[in-house]
Amino acid sequence: MTNRTPALELRRVNKWFGAVHANKDISLSVDRGTIHGIIGENGAGKSTLMSIVYGFYQADEGDILINGDICHIDNPQASIAAGIGMVHQHFMLVDTFTVLENIILGVEGGARLGEGLAKARTELARLEKEYSLDVDVDALVGDLPVGLRQRVEILKALYRGAEILILDEPTGVLTPQEADHLFRILNTLRDQGKTVILITHKLREIMAITDNVSVMRRGAMVAHVSTKDTDRERLAELMVGRTVLLQVEKPTAQVGDTLMQVTGLNFIDAEGVQRLKNINLEIKAGEILGVAGVSGNGQSELLEILAGTISPSSGNIIYKGEDITRSSKKNARDLRKIGLGHVPEDRHRSGLVLPFTANENTILGYQDSPDYNRGTTLDKASMIKACEDHIEKFDVRPPDPNLQASGFSGGNQQKLVLAREMEQNPDVLLVGQPTRGVDIGAIEFIHKQLIKMRDAGKAILVVSVEIDEVMSLSDRIAVMFDGYIVGELDAKDATETKLGLMMAGIADDADTDPAADKGAAE
Amino acid sequence: MSEKAVRFGTPAKVPAWVNLALIPLVNLLAAFVLSGIVIVIVGDNPFKALEVLIYGAFGYADAIGYTLYYTTNFIFTGLAVAIAFHCGLFNIGAEGQALMSGLGVALCALYLDFLPFWMVIPIAIFAAAFFGAVWAAVPGYLQAKRGSHIVITTIMFNFIAASIITYLLVEVLIAPGGQSPETREFAEITWLLFFHDFLPIPETPLNISFIFALFLSGGFYYFVWHTRWGYEIRVVGQNATAAKYAGISSARNIILAMFISGALAGFVGVNEILGVHHRLILDFTGGFGFVGIAVALMGRNHPVGIFLAALLFGALYQGGSELAFEMKSINREMVIVIQGLIILFSGALEHMFRPRIESFFKRQKSVQAAEA
Repeated sequence: MTNRTPALELRRVNKWFGAVHANKDISLSVDRGTIHGIIGENGAGKSTLMSIVYGFYQADEGDILINGDICHIDNPQASIAAGIGMVHQHFMLVDTFTVLENIILGVEGGARLGEGLAKARTELARLEKEYSLDVDVDALVGDLPVGLRQRVEILKALYRGAEILILDEPTGVLTPQEADHLFRILNTLRDQGKTVILITHKLREIMAITDNVSVMRRGAMVAHVSTKDTDRERLAELMVGRTVLLQVEKPTAQVGDTLMQVTGLNFIDAEGVQRLKNINLEIKAGEILGVAGVSGNGQSELLEILAGTISPSSGNIIYKGEDITRSSKKNARDLRKIGLGHVPEDRHRSGLVLPFTANENTILGYQDSPDYNRGTTLDKASMIKACEDHIEKFDVRPPDPNLQASGFSGGNQQKLVLAREMEQNPDVLLVGQPTRGVDIGAIEFIHKQLIKMRDAGKAILVVSVEIDEVMSLSDRIAVMFDGYIVGELDAKDATETKLGLMMAGIADDADTDPAADKGAAE
Repeated sequence: MSEKAVRFGTPAKVPAWVNLALIPLVNLLAAFVLSGIVIVIVGDNPFKALEVLIYGAFGYADAIGYTLYYTTNFIFTGLAVAIAFHCGLFNIGAEGQALMSGLGVALCALYLDFLPFWMVIPIAIFAAAFFGAVWAAVPGYLQAKRGSHIVITTIMFNFIAASIITYLLVEVLIAPGGQSPETREFAEITWLLFFHDFLPIPETPLNISFIFALFLSGGFYYFVWHTRWGYEIRVVGQNATAAKYAGISSARNIILAMFISGALAGFVGVNEILGVHHRLILDFTGGFGFVGIAVALMGRNHPVGIFLAALLFGALYQGGSELAFEMKSINREMVIVIQGLIILFSGALEHMFRPRIESFFKRQKSVQAAEA
């Protein structure tokens, strides 16, 4: 078999969902021993295409060729047999099983588990060595950090004899360090002759790791290029179909009064883990305060406490001169009424009720508002009108206020949430992961909206795990590590290295004694 | 971003009538086919049985009266289960709540019968709702504040209710000098109007509770979909984290939904005790609370669906007793088998035909799209 035969080839693949043409005449050729990127906005058809390759869906037309032979892949088993492995965006692991048990799940090899486990153990030791994928096979998956769980998924695919590995948005849940580690693993896999297909909407990753890249837009392949012959701007343009600004332009901030002041905030969660340690913050009008940090270092809890969805264990929050933690305790609904907007980190978990229509989601958190009520009755007409208004201003597609929230793509769902909170014209807006899972065109739009609000004299707090985003949006950046704010700096002085070090807990500022405390505690 | 793009996990689009009418009908048909086979096995003609069943339920004025009388109970319990469903709760306790409501009705009718009818009847109705509501709100409270699973607690509350009523009927409320565990007959002013009191129809247990049930169905629709309280209950039911995010208290809404649920179940006591028996008796709830679960499931927790499902079960109750009476090989137990099959197919096996029917309609649509 020569290296000239592509490992995977698609010929004129078409797929319809109902009336929707999700994949149009897709042809693709992936060379053996390369990392091939597939990039496109959310909803461009990347995941559908890969689901066809993996046998979740069948193509309505077209052929799949593996090593030059036409393959009929009508279920994932057939795909695995053909040497394709897939690492899903959301891991398919049983948390209460060990790594070993998870890996042999479905390929136990006979009725007696012991034999299969023993065989798997030796085989895994070999794989781990060959691809330098260190995982403790006897650890419970539930105890592993996200980066390691992903490694388990990769091992699982390799154990099943995968020659072609498909990774669907693999870095969405990873810290920058974990992502770098993943890339090293992928490089090793390539060097060992495996073929890797990387689906992503992040340009940085494509540029960093792939050999070739295919760009999808609106269900069609619009370009196949060699990564070294292209650049981020060019790819972004191909994805969106127009030129996009990757860096937000913003005038200098006109900083006003402090609207929200946090002093000595501590939070101990239900498991007894102290998530926040002596947090002090000021959120000022006309300014965007960015909170950076590797996810899980207390940012989420900080955001929820500020928004009133959870109560701190100690400390004070003064909002517009009023102590909202103690003397006049307020919940999320009360806070909204006095001008505190909140875009949550996870729109599916808390920002939206997915089975509800868009217009029902428009009033979530504001269902008491006189704007949406006439006496005891919810005013449907004004709900729909408000929703239509949001849809128009934020360019939500499809523009249907009666569509279920689950029927919108990720970016459009995020726009619905942002529109709801921003159109209430809050004085302070708390935003968690403003552009998580949102495509480039929409990111640009969302950033512009946030800057516009800032320039209108509003105070904005942005929590994001994307360093680029924090750096380009913020005027001031607070970095969190292990529940502390380990440092605060002017955005002008921030560099990726500097922030990266602070995020890793290695702060060079003199006034960050909390880190020292922490060292002493351990 | 393309409007046409379809995301992973986007819900399937099939015509509404498929969901609301075709699938329930297919489920029903499957249940009847299987029932027919059972009837053939016991040696009778299934078509004859179906004829008797339908005639028995709708064939003549008496039958219709009885059918609608049963339907009334199923509307109450169906709505009761449905409101709890909207809050994400599985209220298995409609039976016990209905039973307790009977006590509320009886206490008012026995001890307040010196009042004029226009006072005692509303008070008794209110008491029915209140007794049922409290009996449901306690498990609601335990779920909301203590995390005790509502399914377990409501089942236990059914037993407690049954024991309490039995004790009271045997030891306390029993008619003076009476031999059977029941109260004395209520004074006639407390009785609800029968339909045959004001319409030229034969004597049946159908009373104005039926009209009340229809009225409540409308109120249910308004409350759930057109008030902020209904909205909040649905948010809690669909996504508790989003509720927290929106500042909606899950605990409060769980208790509220259970309170309303119990009140709705409590109206069974109005229909049965105030409307028909005019005395508190043992086991007057006759399984209506349990069948209410099937009614709510079949009716998709929507009042229109619940009415249709309640009518179906009302017809089965009435037509079924006719069937047991008319046909030698079919006894009361066989009728329960048929009801059980319908509950099985429309409740438990709801998803048996659904994927196939849905994918058929989706294929149809993609073929049209491809041709276009």
